[in-house]
Formats: sequence, structure tokens, C-alpha cells
Amino acid sequence: MMMIFGKPAPLLFGQLLLGIVNGSFYAMLSLGLAVIFGILNIINFAHGALFMVGAFSAYLLLHWFGIGYWPALVLGPLAVGLFGAAIERVLLRPIRGLDPLYGLLLTFGLAEVLEGVFTNRFGSSGVTYSVPRLLRGTRDLGFMYLPNYHAFVVVAAIVVCLATWLVIEKTRLGAVLRAATENPAIVQALGIDVPRLVTLTFAGGVALAALAGVLAAPMYSVNPGMGSSYISIVFAVVVIGGMGSIGGAVFTGFLLGVVEGFTKVFYPPGAATVAFVVMVLVLLLRPAGLFGRSR
Amino acid sequence: MNTPLLEVEGLQAWYGESHILHGMGFTVAEGEVVTLLGRNGAGKSTTMKSIMGLVPRRQGSIRFRGRETMGLPPDRVARLGIGFCPEERGIFASLSVAENLMLPPVVAPGGLDLAAIHELFPNLAERAQSGGTKLSGGEQQMLAIARILRTGARLLLLDEPTEGLAPVIVQEIGRTIRTIRERGYTVLLVEQNFRFAATVADRHYVVEHGRIVDHIANQELSARMEDLHAYLGV
Ligand SMILES: Nc1ncnc2c1ncn2[C@@H]1O[C@H](COP(=O)(O)OP(=O)(O)OP(=O)(O)O)[C@@H](O)[C@H]1O
Ligand SMILES: [Mg+2]
Repeated sequence: MMMIFGKPAPLLFGQLLLGIVNGSFYAMLSLGLAVIFGILNIINFAHGALFMVGAFSAYLLLHWFGIGYWPALVLGPLAVGLFGAAIERVLLRPIRGLDPLYGLLLTFGLAEVLEGVFTNRFGSSGVTYSVPRLLRGTRDLGFMYLPNYHAFVVVAAIVVCLATWLVIEKTRLGAVLRAATENPAIVQALGIDVPRLVTLTFAGGVALAALAGVLAAPMYSVNPGMGSSYISIVFAVVVIGGMGSIGGAVFTGFLLGVVEGFTKVFYPPGAATVAFVVMVLVLLLRPAGLFGRSR
Repeated sequence: MNTPLLEVEGLQAWYGESHILHGMGFTVAEGEVVTLLGRNGAGKSTTMKSIMGLVPRRQGSIRFRGRETMGLPPDRVARLGIGFCPEERGIFASLSVAENLMLPPVVAPGGLDLAAIHELFPNLAERAQSGGTKLSGGEQQMLAIARILRTGARLLLLDEPTEGLAPVIVQEIGRTIRTIRERGYTVLLVEQNFRFAATVADRHYVVEHGRIVDHIANQELSARMEDLHAYLGV
């Protein structure tokens, strides 16, 4: 068997792949978190819970309406995004302009409520959702086995992140969004309906979380706690990448996934904490994050 | 007499608990260039922001084309056809010059098209792809004016466009204001530099402690020099 740094190659590549898959979720989640933070100045603590709701949306679409995976990939994020828009209008808009701490507490409470509601209805062990037929099976790459669904998730995440980046950097909507991140009052005085833009952006960020949730549903058990296990890492990603930096969030997401994967191979007990060690190091050396501008 | 384009009456405004405007009142007729002169802290910028709806706590009446705008959010005020060029210029660092220029939506027909804008401000065409705040102060000021000329707004609020700029640039801004005036725009201009104001405006209001304390036609300006010195403390 081929060995790399004294480890069997299939193990190494397998963990690397899992790292990239996890990194895909980190990237998609921290992307939405960064976009929301940019324009609302709120750290959305409910982001993990909304990821979980996204995963459940796939399950519920199937069990209530018989709608399968592929339509759910669009309908789930759409429905959860609408829910996000409602949250913004009803709960977040009244506290806009107050200390960001209020938003943090409110979204934290919201996460608890969502988890509670789903635990009450589905139990904490959750439900299962199967891999769509088209993506079942694995491919033998010679040096490792690649499950088709894993490959799909990675490609989908890259496409989603790239598309989001293009919208933000290259379109008129993106220009308005960037401007409103810098100075919402001036943007509104130039004739743009900023409150509507804020709602739209929050809904968009939430839809991204839900899309990640739908993508995760066939891979993991769909359970009410699935968001909270991701969200602390995702916060580390956002801190490392630099608050509000879109590219930084995506890059750091994938990077941390890979770092975790390698840690699992070379020092398994460290895998769960390596993200936070990196976070502490970055905070000590570059407090604004790898890609952040200090404010 | 026709209704003035802009009528401000009994305008009061507060930042938190501090009462800044104490019953501002003035009018601007279509096609005029009118200035608000006054010392630092007199409340000139607060007046501009109140007109745009950017000061949440205010009272009184602000009418544009006879229509009350009190209570409208800033974007709706802008869409009535008022272009705002703030004191700090409001050029966005994360947007290119071209993106800054195209940021405000067109609110009415009759704005300058891109070709006309580039003819008026050739530098903006050359530097279209640079970051907005990579421009010099003067160019940023031009950009801030140019982007509201595009939208079809007929009333322009310019808050100290000459502040901190070199004399040649100030002259250029003066030429720009005279040009847009010839094209039929109406301008409300905030200035501390009354020598500059005298070269572009029809009338001047003097602002002190959040109210209008005097009103001077441009022809009277030289005769009233002593009063002006006293008002502005120069
Ligand atoms: N955001 C704010 N919060 C609290 N007070 C403010 C705020 N902006 C301005 N002020 C105060 O309101 C008063 C009027 O300010 P304003 O900016 O309207 O003056 P101005 O006439 O434009 O002066 P300048 O010539 O210096 O621009 C000042 O005393 C200022 O300190
Ligand atoms: Mg001012």
C-alpha cells in the first residue's frame, strides 16, 4: 500500500475529501453569515438553526408533498428564505439601529426556539433522508474511493460560492449591497429602498444556509442539533477570515475543513479543537482576520 | 406667484436630546441657486439632512413642488426628484468610479446621460475602473455631483462642495455649478466661503443657531460685507 508521511494513502485522501466536504458546508454557511453581518451588523446566531431547518425542509417536502431531492434543492431554500424575510421584517427591523448585542441575543433565542420546536416534533435523534438515485454509488479513483454524492456536494458548494461572489462583485445589485454595507444612510438618500434591500439580503443569506442544509440532508442524520455542531466552527471561520469579508469566508471555510481533515489523520484527538486553535492564533497575530479590514 | 420648488417652514430638528434647528424657514424657486451661509455648527448640514429625511426627529413642514415630504423615508424623498451631495461626499470605497456613478436610480426623465457627464467631467471617464476613494478630493466631489445629475432630479442639495479643496478645483466646481444652473437645475448650496458663494448664487440665507437670521440678494452682497463678516466671524 502507498504511504504518505507514514500514513496509508487511502486514509489520507479519504480524510482530505471529508475535510473538503465539511469545508464546503463551512464555506456556504460562513458566506451567508458574512453577507448578513455586512449589511445588518448582526451576528446571526440562528444561522445554524436555519441550516437545520433547511435540511428538514427537504425531508418535509418529501413526506408531506412527495417532492423529491432535485426540486427541494430550489424549493427548500426558497421557503426557508421567505421565512427569513419574515424574521427580518417582524423581529430584526424593530431593533435596527440599537446596539448589535440585541440582535445577537435575539437570534440566539431564535435558534433555541427553532431547535426546541423541531426536537418537540421529531425528537432529538432526527430522521433520515436518502441520497438521490442519480448520485448513489462510489467511484474508484485508484488511490481512494469517492462517493458520488460527496463529489456533488463539493462541486455544488463551489458553484454556489462562485455565483454569490459574482453577484456581489459584478452586478448592480451587488454594488448597491456593497455601498449599503459602507453607508446605508447615504445609499437610501440616493433613492434606494434600503430597508427592502436589508430584508432581501437577510433572506438571501438564510436561503444559502438552507441550501447547505438540503445538501447536507442525505449525508448526515437530519436532526434538530445538526446546526449547532456546525455553527461554532462557522463562527471560527468568520473570525479567521475577517468579519464581513466574502472571499475570506469562503476560502477560510474550505481551508479549515482541510486542516481538520489532516488533523484527523495525524493527531486525531486534536481534530475537534484545531479550528479554535487556528482562531486564537489568528486573533493574536491579525486581530482583523486574514482578509478583514480593521474598522 | 408660482409655488416655490422647495419651501421649508418652521423646521425643528433634534439629534437625540440636543435641539439643533429652531424653526428654519426659507424657499427656493425653480431655476435658482440659493445658499445657506453660516458658521460651523450653525445647523446647515442638519437642514440638508432634514430635507432628505435623514434626521429622524424633526417637526415643521418641508414641501417640494407643493407636496409635503415630512414623514417620507429618504429614498422616497430622493425619488421625488431631489439629489443629495453630502458634506462627506459619500463616495464608496468598495465601488469603482463607474459603479459609484451608476449607483443612484434614475428617478425622472431629463437627467444627463453618460456621454454628457463624461464631457462635463472627463476625469471620471478616464478613471472609471479605479476605486471610488482612489480619486483626489476634487475628483470625488465631481463624482458626487455627477452621480446626482444622472438621475433626473431637478433640485440638487450640495453641502459645502468646496470644503478643503485647492483654489483651482474650487473654480472648477464654480464653473460646474454655473453650467448645471444654465441647464435648468435648481441648487441649494451650503457654504462657509461667501466669496465663492457670490460667484454662483442668486440669493443667500444666513443661518445662526438653527434659524435663518438674514436674507441677502447677491447684488446686495458687497454693500452688506460688514454684516456678513460679523455673521460668519471671518
Ligand atoms: N449626528 C449628530 N449627533 C449629534 N449632534 C450632531 C450630529 N451632527 C451634528 N451635530 C451637532 O449639530 C449642530 C449643527 O451641526 P451641523 O452639521 O448641522 O452644522 P453645520 O452648520 O453644517 O456646520 P459645518 O459648517 O461645520 O458643517 C452642531 O452643534 C453639531 O455638533
Ligand atoms: Mg455642515
